[in-house]
Amino acid sequence: MFENIGEIILLFWRTVLALPFAWRQRQKIFDQFFEIGNASLLMVCMLSFFIGAVLTLQTGPVLVERSLASAVGGIVGYAMAKEMAPVMMAILIAGRIGSAMAAEIGSMRVYQEIDALRTMNINPIHYLVLPRLIALAFALPMLVIFAILVGWFGGAVIAEVNNQISIPFQAFFSDLRSVVHLKDVANGVFKSFCFAIVIGVISCHQGMVTIGGPRGIGRSVTKAVVNSIVCIVFFDYFLTRVLLNEQ
Amino acid sequence: MNNNSENHSGVGLEVRGLRKSYDSQEVLKGIDINVEPGEIFVIMGPSGSGKSVLLKHLIGLEPPDAGEILINGESIQAEQTLDKYRLAMVFQSGALLNSLTVGENVGLYLYEHRLKPPAEIQKIVAQKLRDVGLGDAADKTPAELSGGMKKRAAIARALVIEPQLILYDEPTSELDPLSAVVIGEEILKLKGRTGVTSVVVSHDRDLAFGIADRIAFISDGRIVAIGSCSEMKQSRDPAVQKFLRADFKLEPESETKNL
Repeated sequence: MFENIGEIILLFWRTVLALPFAWRQRQKIFDQFFEIGNASLLMVCMLSFFIGAVLTLQTGPVLVERSLASAVGGIVGYAMAKEMAPVMMAILIAGRIGSAMAAEIGSMRVYQEIDALRTMNINPIHYLVLPRLIALAFALPMLVIFAILVGWFGGAVIAEVNNQISIPFQAFFSDLRSVVHLKDVANGVFKSFCFAIVIGVISCHQGMVTIGGPRGIGRSVTKAVVNSIVCIVFFDYFLTRVLLNEQ
Repeated sequence: MNNNSENHSGVGLEVRGLRKSYDSQEVLKGIDINVEPGEIFVIMGPSGSGKSVLLKHLIGLEPPDAGEILINGESIQAEQTLDKYRLAMVFQSGALLNSLTVGENVGLYLYEHRLKPPAEIQKIVAQKLRDVGLGDAADKTPAELSGGMKKRAAIARALVIEPQLILYDEPTSELDPLSAVVIGEEILKLKGRTGVTSVVVSHDRDLAFGIADRIAFISDGRIVAIGSCSEMKQSRDPAVQKFLRADFKLEPESETKNL
């Protein structure tokens, strides 16, 4: 990955320069947006419900035992909004959508479809990268908002039904509201926007530099997913540091 | 590659001292060719001799290490040259976009450059597909087409550009003889209809001698012979003669071996 950092930054910059052409590509942006949402919504729903549930299950009994039941809603809500939903959804999207992007663009590269675009004076960045990046930059934050809400709901359900916790639904959300503010959710959404850019640029770049046949495409898909996840975790730390300082 | 020029006739192409290496391997070792406007110029040679690499240079997909390519005397490396002249390429595999239908592939250039309203684009696409005998294939996906149909669809996509220079990369590879003849006829018809300059890269001897005005023979990254079909047949270059006379010579197994 590191030998390609320059190329990745260049691809990102060229995509930024192509932004004025985004309106022309609106149909493709919408198609990509629909595909990302359609492909991921059910998985996002299941994953975030169980993340919220597990967070409650792990923290609930310990806190209730120490008479800190009122902290459960806040901890689960805070962790879900600021860390778990953005990072876990970004990893899910890297695996589900990043891999598909790398595979699709990679096969277009291998089978000379990108060369064909160039011979028609169609810029592959405008045609392939820009719509995917914009769609992902909108879709992932929206999925993260959805994931946060479902995660909170999952946590509240488990808090109520688990005998060791037994915190009523309303009490859970009342505690959550007293700790989690809108800016905490915005914090998580901003992180997910940054992760979307990272996933989109890395996956598209990996597709564009694919060489060889099916094996090359497979290699590109693996690289796209692994590099995206590494970068998500890496940027998560620095974004968290920066956003903490902002508070 | 753009539509600015109103001139529909073919353009002249000149290649001077073209060199290209990949890593330490020199693929093109100083190519010099001159293609006249409206000519069908076939570049022949064995596999791995540098034909397809040369073609990619001619349309600006690869930058040369040395030398220059001129279209009507203007360097292809200058951006305005590619905007001024309309160039098109028919790839060996067709290179149709698999995510689009055949009709969308053929109309892609017009649609992406917003050159015509959608209704007019549809009419043009239908006409171009009829020209290559694929009138009923507009709604099919490339995966539903045979090899020959894919190549004809790729030709239709190139025709939409109304090219002044069209490059064909192995247009008859993987095709049966009947389909190969159809493709050859399409290339000739196109020249007759529009006067386009055509550069065809092929190792198909029948196609080359059937359609070429002139043939260049490339071997090991160099042009070793160039001339008309009859001149090429009389060439004394050993590589050319070996290529042109190559045939199956199966010797019957000796009786002793069978025993």
